[in-house]
Amino acid sequence: MHLVLEKRAERSGTIALVSPLIAIGLTLLTMVILFAILGKNPLLALDAYFIAPLTDGYSLQEIAVKATPLVMIAIGLSLCYLANAWNIGAEGQFLIGAVAGSWIAVKTQGTDAGAWVLPAMLLLAAVAGALYALIPAICKVRFGASEILTSLMLVYIADLSLDYLVRGPWRDPHGFNFPTTAEFDPVATVPLLIEGGRLHLGSIIALLVVAAAAILLGRTIKGFEIRVVGAAPRAARFGGFNANQLVILTFAVSGALAGLAGIIEVAGPVGHLQPGISPGYGFTAIIVAFLGRLNPVGILIAGLFLALTFIGGEQAQIAMKIPLDVTKVFQGILLFYVLACDSLILYRFRLVFSNRQVTRGAG
Amino acid sequence: MRKTLLALAAGLLLAGSVGAASAADKLKVGFIYLGPIGDLGWTYQHELARQALVKELGDKIETTYLENVPEGPDAERAIEQLARAGNKLIFTTSFGYMDPTLKVAKRFPNVHFEHATGYKRNANMSTYSARWYQGRYIQGLIAAKMSKSGVLGYIGSFPIPEVVSGINATILAAQTINPNIKVKIIWANTWFDPGKEADAAKALIDQGADIIMQHTDSPAAMQIASERGKLAFGQDSEMIKFGPKTQLTSILDTWGPYYIARVKAELDGTWKSEDSWGGLDSHMFAMAPYTNMPDDVKKMAEDAQAAITAGKLHPFKCPIVGQDDKPIECKGGDHLDDGQILGMNFYVKGIDDKLPGK
Repeated sequence: MHLVLEKRAERSGTIALVSPLIAIGLTLLTMVILFAILGKNPLLALDAYFIAPLTDGYSLQEIAVKATPLVMIAIGLSLCYLANAWNIGAEGQFLIGAVAGSWIAVKTQGTDAGAWVLPAMLLLAAVAGALYALIPAICKVRFGASEILTSLMLVYIADLSLDYLVRGPWRDPHGFNFPTTAEFDPVATVPLLIEGGRLHLGSIIALLVVAAAAILLGRTIKGFEIRVVGAAPRAARFGGFNANQLVILTFAVSGALAGLAGIIEVAGPVGHLQPGISPGYGFTAIIVAFLGRLNPVGILIAGLFLALTFIGGEQAQIAMKIPLDVTKVFQGILLFYVLACDSLILYRFRLVFSNRQVTRGAG
Repeated sequence: MRKTLLALAAGLLLAGSVGAASAADKLKVGFIYLGPIGDLGWTYQHELARQALVKELGDKIETTYLENVPEGPDAERAIEQLARAGNKLIFTTSFGYMDPTLKVAKRFPNVHFEHATGYKRNANMSTYSARWYQGRYIQGLIAAKMSKSGVLGYIGSFPIPEVVSGINATILAAQTINPNIKVKIIWANTWFDPGKEADAAKALIDQGADIIMQHTDSPAAMQIASERGKLAFGQDSEMIKFGPKTQLTSILDTWGPYYIARVKAELDGTWKSEDSWGGLDSHMFAMAPYTNMPDDVKKMAEDAQAAITAGKLHPFKCPIVGQDDKPIECKGGDHLDDGQILGMNFYVKGIDDKLPGK
């Protein structure tokens, strides 16, 4: 008698809905065991991770601040992935957007430039991110180059360009040679929504992006095209949809969103351009996109949830002296269970009593 | 069942808050660490100092740390989390926390902040650092004596004044022994990346360097030098166990006494914002034992250390000549003044390289 994994005749809608919940349930169960082994009270630990951050305004703001870039980038990536275009380089597009937008901030520093500065920065960052994302898209469409590799490699170029600029031409002249630009002027800073807090206009923009993506995918022909090209390329060809055009479009949109997220992060929470402005947002957003099942609302929830684990992890470190590594283990376990449970959408377990023959039949 | 669980949870929470209340009369002290506490370098030394602090004042204080906090957008939140958790004195232990610390300090005027190696201060934000260039000068003397090839290999982290002044101090010292000494510099562009640091050490040795010096935090370069039978200096912490036949000495960050003094001031209510830049005389850092060198070299190193400690020897004694053959303005009387060292943005003559970004 043994257990086999068997392909379902069709994907299970019920499982698709409850699988994230099963995954979270299993994660919580595993964490309870882990906390118990570490000698920490599991209930208090779960409280520090999940409940406490949701009960005060400050933590809620921080969750929104942390989730903002993740959600914006992930929305763009989801469009790519739905259209079967694999943009892995959102991190680079994020950085290039940050650099391009910062250019205006640096050049207008100390001048009496007016309220046009921030909108111009946002616009330029989006355009730069889109152009940067078009490099791998065009290489794919024209020359058949793998966009996975080219977009990934462009991350390093973006990273080093930023590095060069803040160490050289854009370095704060009064900054003792440290690699950073001077603090941006107020007109070049993303406004705060709550005085004394950190919640900024970027979070509103992220919500608008989510809404726009939901409308695009749910209510427009373009959205339909994107989904058909990804899910059924042959059918899309018969329908006269141009897959190459969609690769270009989705890459451009996702690059623009990543670039926008980049300048918002720099002109918002950070306040100046420096190396290390992204703790891997572009890569974490890939996880967010899939955790949210490439669905705009799902991505919003996934982004907030991942942000919650970061904030909660810090609070658990402070309140209960739970090491940071546990937070990382926790995020890893969560992803593992999500992917594992997802396989149940297309497959199911079956107990097989008389072995070999049936296994072959099923395989 | 659900009600029972909720009641249980509520009970536990209450128990937790009662526990917190009884700890409330203890001063809470927080730390933000750049690396993992097990990096065996920079963060590890701060952690050792925290442990010394707990040992000394553990009955009066409660300490908390957040490790592996990147110097990016997350730093401000991490610092604020500590302030919100009731910490009244918070040490942020890396340069990149400067602006985030200042921002949080302005929002929490009743909390005191101590920022390591920066230059921005506030009424409730002090800075502290050490005059490591003094230790580098001693290393330069040793290196010039011990090098057979006359080529030193130097692994830099970032071309910031602290690192540049270390390179200059090294070469100025070495030139007093061997005027033709050469130094090869590789910028790792990281504080802590054992792989990159090891690669840099290999490249330097391949270019003829027989003494490896580092301004990065891991013992990787020491291990490479040890494998290749060369000599090396440790950084931040005692690295002799990674190169028992290799380490000449190491600059040890000894933050313990400073942390204890500042926490005592906080307890006494005498804490005020200041800028501490301590040298060998202040015990802000120390030199590891001088090993793997003949007695005369050891004697020379010890004499130099004593002279620097006593203030009789200044590593940046004028005249100092820049790479363009022009003397550097001498603002501190017979040596460069602190401002010139803190903002050092030039190489001295004899360094056959170009400072990045110049």
